[in-house]
Amino acid sequence: MSEPDTGGGERQAGAAPLSAVELRVNDQVRRLELDPRTSLLDALREHLRLSGTKKGCDHGQCGACTVLVNGRRINSCLTLAVMHEGDEVVTIEGLGAPDDLHPMQRAFVECDGFQCGYCTPGQICSAVGMLAEVRAGSPSHATAEVASSRISLTDEEIRERMSGNICRCAAYPNIVAAIRGIAEGGAA
Amino acid sequence: MIGQPVNRVDGPLKVSGRATYAYEYWDAGQPLYGCIVGATIGKGRITRIHTENAERAQGVRMVMTHQNVPVQGVRDESVQFEYWRAQPVLTGPDIHYHGEPVALVVAATFEQARAAADLLDVEYTVGRGRFAFAADDDEAYIPKVVNAGLPTDTAVGDFEAGFRAAAVRVDQRYTTPYEFSMPMEPHACLVEPRGEDLVVHVSSQIVDAAQTSVAATLRMAPERIHIVTPFVGGGFGSKLGVHAETILAALAARVLGQPVKVALTRQQIFQLVGMRPTSSQRVRLAAGRDGKLTAIAHDVTMHTNPDLEFAEQTAATTRSLYAAPHRLTSHRLTPLDLPRGADVRAPGEAPGLLAVESAVDELAHALGMDPIEVRIRNEPTVDPERDVPYSDRHLVDCLRDGARRFGWEHRPATPASLREGRWLVGYGMSAAIRGHFQGPTAVQVRLEADGTGVVRTDMTDIGTGTYTILTQVVADGLGLPADRVRVELGRSGLPTSWGSGGSWGAANSCAAAARACAALREKVLVAACGDADSPLHGRDPAGAHFGDGSVRIDGAEGASQALGEIVARHHPEGMEAQGEIRFMGDDPNYSDYSIHTYGAHFAEVGVDADTAEIRLRRMLGVFSVGRVLNPKTARSQLIGGMIWGAGAALEEEAVVDSRSGAFVNRDLAQYLVPVHADVPDVEAVILDGYDDKANLLGAKGVGELGICGAGAAVANAVFNATGLRVRDFPITIEKLLPGLPDVDA
Amino acid sequence: MRPFTYERPTDARTAVSAVSRSGAKFISGGTNLLDLMKLDIEHPSHLIDISRLPMRDIEELPDGGLRIGAQAVNSDVAADDRVRTRYPVLSQALVSGASGQLRNKASTGGNLLQRTRCPYFYDTAAGCNKRDPGSGCSAIGGFNRIHAVLGASDACIATHPSDMAVAMTALEAEIELLDAEGSVRRVVITDFYRLPGDTPHLETVLRPGELITGVILPPPPPGRQLYRKVRDRASYEFALVSVAAVVSTERGMISEARVAFGGVAHKPWRSFEAEAALIGRPAEMATYRDAARAAMRDAVGQGHNDFKIELARRTLCRTLAQAARSS
Repeated sequence: MSEPDTGGGERQAGAAPLSAVELRVNDQVRRLELDPRTSLLDALREHLRLSGTKKGCDHGQCGACTVLVNGRRINSCLTLAVMHEGDEVVTIEGLGAPDDLHPMQRAFVECDGFQCGYCTPGQICSAVGMLAEVRAGSPSHATAEVASSRISLTDEEIRERMSGNICRCAAYPNIVAAIRGIAEGGAA
Repeated sequence: MIGQPVNRVDGPLKVSGRATYAYEYWDAGQPLYGCIVGATIGKGRITRIHTENAERAQGVRMVMTHQNVPVQGVRDESVQFEYWRAQPVLTGPDIHYHGEPVALVVAATFEQARAAADLLDVEYTVGRGRFAFAADDDEAYIPKVVNAGLPTDTAVGDFEAGFRAAAVRVDQRYTTPYEFSMPMEPHACLVEPRGEDLVVHVSSQIVDAAQTSVAATLRMAPERIHIVTPFVGGGFGSKLGVHAETILAALAARVLGQPVKVALTRQQIFQLVGMRPTSSQRVRLAAGRDGKLTAIAHDVTMHTNPDLEFAEQTAATTRSLYAAPHRLTSHRLTPLDLPRGADVRAPGEAPGLLAVESAVDELAHALGMDPIEVRIRNEPTVDPERDVPYSDRHLVDCLRDGARRFGWEHRPATPASLREGRWLVGYGMSAAIRGHFQGPTAVQVRLEADGTGVVRTDMTDIGTGTYTILTQVVADGLGLPADRVRVELGRSGLPTSWGSGGSWGAANSCAAAARACAALREKVLVAACGDADSPLHGRDPAGAHFGDGSVRIDGAEGASQALGEIVARHHPEGMEAQGEIRFMGDDPNYSDYSIHTYGAHFAEVGVDADTAEIRLRRMLGVFSVGRVLNPKTARSQLIGGMIWGAGAALEEEAVVDSRSGAFVNRDLAQYLVPVHADVPDVEAVILDGYDDKANLLGAKGVGELGICGAGAAVANAVFNATGLRVRDFPITIEKLLPGLPDVDA
Repeated sequence: MRPFTYERPTDARTAVSAVSRSGAKFISGGTNLLDLMKLDIEHPSHLIDISRLPMRDIEELPDGGLRIGAQAVNSDVAADDRVRTRYPVLSQALVSGASGQLRNKASTGGNLLQRTRCPYFYDTAAGCNKRDPGSGCSAIGGFNRIHAVLGASDACIATHPSDMAVAMTALEAEIELLDAEGSVRRVVITDFYRLPGDTPHLETVLRPGELITGVILPPPPPGRQLYRKVRDRASYEFALVSVAAVVSTERGMISEARVAFGGVAHKPWRSFEAEAALIGRPAEMATYRDAARAAMRDAVGQGHNDFKIELARRTLCRTLAQAARSS
C-alpha cells in the first residue's frame, strides 16, 4: 500500500457505478445507492439529510463528524459509506431530540458546553463513546500506568480522551464539566 | 431576568443537531454542488485554462472561469465599510495570491464536483511575487487610517527626550505570526433562485453587509437578495463579509436557475477569507525608579495585500492603557502578494497587547518590581491621549481582585526558581483593555394576541448568546416569562442591525430591544387606559407594572389586565414598537468619554525542563464589562477568549513558504489551535458593574476582551518559569530549548 | 477523488489475488488513504476493503510472544491486557497517537503503512519526489520543522509519522506478509522500511500484491519499557520527536537496552549506536548522554528542524533515566 499509484487511476472522471449499501441509522434501516466515493459523513448529511453530523475539516483533524458506529466513536469523514454495510450508526439525532434530550445533551445545555454549536454534535457523540471506552477499561495517554485496567476518570483523563474534538469557541472547561457530571451520575 | 445565568434558549436545538447551518437546507430541493479551484501559484497570470475534461466529467453542469463569469460589480471604496462592498471573483487572468479562485465546478453531486475540479488544467506564467515579510522593508508605507477608522499615528509630548532621560528603559521588538479565525463551520453558502430573487443561506455575522455586498457584486437590487443565517458556526471576524463561496454560489445559481451550494474546504479557508497580518512591533517604555512611566512608544509594521489594504489597529489600545507624558504610536504596512489581512477576533488588541504587556513585564523585571504594582502605579486618571475621562474604568480592581483569587503572592520572585519534578513552574499576569463600540441597530418587539412576545432583528447569533440575552431583555421589558418570548434573528427583511462583530452585538441589540420594550409598554398602556372596558381604564399609567404576562396599575390593590387580552381587543394582528441605537460617532458619550472594558489575566505554566514543552496549568481572568446580561454565556465567551489568547501565545502560526507564497501548514493537523488537553482549569470572574455612559443597559462587550492580554500573561509566566524571554510568537520548543539547563539526573 | 470500483472480499487469498489488478489498492481503516484520496494524492481505481477480513485477533504465541492481526484496530491493541502488561511501550505509543476516534478505526497494518505528513507531500502543486518522483523536494529549502535529521537524502527529508511503529521497532517486531501465491514471509520491522535514497516513493519492502496479515511481537525483552512523545500541543498532534526505550539493569549496570526514535527519519529509527553506548555501562546520566551523542552523531538539520537533534538527545536522556530508575 505504500507503493505510489503508477498505473490505473484514470485521469478522466468517468461514470462511477453506484453501490448499494444498507445501514442501520438511529434504529432505522436505510438502503442507499451511492457513488462509492461517498463518505459516511456525506451519506448522512447529503443523502439521509441528517445534517446534525458536521463537516468541519473532512480530514479527521477536528472531530466535528464524530458518530457512533457499532457503539464506537469514529470520524465519519474518513470512512466510506459502502464500507459500513449492515453497521449500526448512531448520530446526534439518534441520541435525543430537543424535547427528549439524552442526558449528555442535557448536561451540555446546563453547563453551557458550546457556543456556536457546530462542533457540539461531535463533542457529544464523542463523549458518549468515550465514557463507554472508560467503562471497558481502555487506557489513554493520560493513564499513568497503562497496565492497570482501572481507569480513574480524572479531568485530565477526560481532556486527553476528548482531544480529538476541537472547539474553536473553546468551551472546553464547560464540556469537561458536563461530561464529569454525567460520568459521576453514571447516566450516559 | 437580565443578569441571570439562563441556559441558552437555542441549546436544545444545537445539542440535538437540529440547528440548521447554511449548507444544510433542503426546502428548495436537491441543490447542485460547487467546488472552488484555486490558483497553484502565488503571483502571475493564467495563460490557458483547459476546461474540457472537467466539463465532460460525469454530472458536471458548469465550469465557471474568468472567461465566462457574468459581469460583476466592482469594489467601491466610497462605500464606508469593506464588508458592504462588492466582492467580485474570477475577475481576470491575473493571480494575486496563492489559492485565489480560478474556477468553480458545479456538478450534481459533491463527489462529482470534487473529482471534476481536479481535472481542471490551468497553465500559468509565474510572476515575481513578494512573499517574505520584513519589518524594515523599503516598500513600507503609511496608511491613511487604520482599521475601525482609527488614526494611524499619534504623538503626545516629546517621546525621544522623555525616553532618553529615563532611569530605566525597555526597547524591544516583538513579532506575531499570521493567524486565522478558523471557525469550526467552514464558510458556506447555499443559494436558491426564486423568480428574480436569490435566497442566500450563508454563514454570516452581518446580514445587512451580506445582502448589500452580494447585491452589489451581482448588480442586483438589495431587496432581491434574501439572506438567511439563523445559526452561524463561529465567525471570529472571518464572516463579517462574504467570500468567494458565496459570490460563486450566487453567480452559479443564477446562471443555472437551480440551487447551488458551495463550502470552502478547510485548506481553502487558509487562502480565501483573509488572516490576521503578521506584525513586527517595537515597544519602548521608559520609567523612573519609582516605576512611573515617562514615555511609551508602540510602532507596528505589518503585511498588507497590495490591492486590499488592511491595517490592523495593533497599537491603538496602547493609547488608552497607561499614563505617561511622552507617547508615540504608529502603524506601517508592507505590501506582500498574499491574501488580504482581515479582522480576526480582537483585531489590534490581540497582537498589540501580546507585545506591550510583555514589555511591561520586562520593565517590571528591570525595575525589580512586582508587575501588578507597576501597572497600578501607571493607572491614568484621564485617557492620556484623548484627554477625556474614562466612563467606568476598573482595571485596578481587576488586578487586585485577581491577585487575591489567584494567589499571586506565591509567584516566584526570581525567574527559573520554582521546580516541581520535571516542570519549571512560573506565574505571569497581564492587563486587559478593549474599546467598546456602538453601531446603528434596530430591534422590533411585538406582542401577539396570545400574549407572546416576539423580538425581530437581523442581528445574528454566532455562538455569542444573542437568542438568549434578547429573550431575557424582552422578558424583563414586557414582564413575560422567558418561554413566552420568541426571538427571530439572522434574516434580511427584519430590522437592520450592525450584526455580530467587534463585541458590539449584545449591547447594541439589547439596548435597542430595551428601547423597543419601553415604546411598546407605552402603546399598551395608552390602549388599555383609554379603553372604557378595561379594568385599567382611567388609571395613571405612571404606576404601571408589567409582570407575569399582565400589566397592573396601582399595586396589589389596583387593577390588572393580561397583555394578550389588551392586544386582542385593540390590535388583534399584534402590537409592535421599534427601538434603535445610533452610531457611536453620533452619540456624544463616545466623544466625551473613553469607553472600554477591562480585565486582568493570571496564568501558571509548566515548562518541561528537558524538552521545553509548555503546558498551561491554570488560568484566571477577572473582568469589568459594565453590566452583565447573562453571566453564564458571558463567562463562556471570556473563557473562550482566554484560551484563544493562550493558543496564540504558544501554538498558532500560519507559515508562508516565501518561494511560492503558499501557507504551508494549511490544515488543522498542522495549524495548531488548542485542544481539550491543552486547557486546564480556566476561570473567569466578572465584577459587578454598570457603565451608564455606554448605553441605557450599562452593558458592554465581552466577546473579545478575554483574548486581550491573555497571551501576554502566558508569555510572562513562561519567562517566570524559565528566565527566558521569547519575543517571537508563538513561543515554541525550539525557542526555549537552547536556554534550558542540561538534563539532570 | 477519482472514481473507483469497490469490493469486499471475505478471505485473504481473494484479497491478494484481487489486488494484482492495475490501480488496485487495499483499504482498511481508511483514515490515511481517504485523507490522501480526497486531496488527489492517492488515486486508486479499485479499492479492496480488507477491514472485515478475519485478522482482528491478538493471539498468544508458543514462545511467549504475541501475534497481532493486521486488522486489529489501534484502540483494541492498546487496550489488550497482554499488550498492556507485557508490551506497555506499545500501548503507550498507540494511545499517544491521533485521537480516540481515529484509533477506533486505524488498523495495525494501515498504521505501519502511513504516509508522511510532510506538507509538501500534501500539496499537489509543490514538487515532491515521494508523491511525484523526479519533481524535486520542496521541503529542502522550505518549511522543514517536522522533517528528518537522520537518514535523509537530497531527494527526500520526510519523516514517518507513526508512533506505533516506533514502539514495534524497539520490540523487534516482525511483519507477516501474504502474497498472491499464498506464501507467507516475515520481515523484521527494521528491514521493512526503507530510507529515502533516490527512491523516496518506495517506502517499504512490501512487494506488489502483498498483504500485511499480522505483526509478530517476540517475547518481551527484559527491563522497563517507556514511550515518550514530544509535541507542541498536549494531544492530537504528530510527534516532533519520540523515543521508545527498553532498559534492563543489573546492580546499577545496564544489561540490555533497546532504543528507537520517531519523528527523526524516513522510518522508525532503531539506534543501535545508542544501544551499544548503553550496554555494560553504569545506569547514570553520563552514560545516557554518551548514548544520546552516539544516537545523533550523524544527524543533520535542515534549518527549521535543527532543534530536533538536541531535542532528541534530551528526550532520550530523560526517557532512559526514567526507564532505568524503575527497571
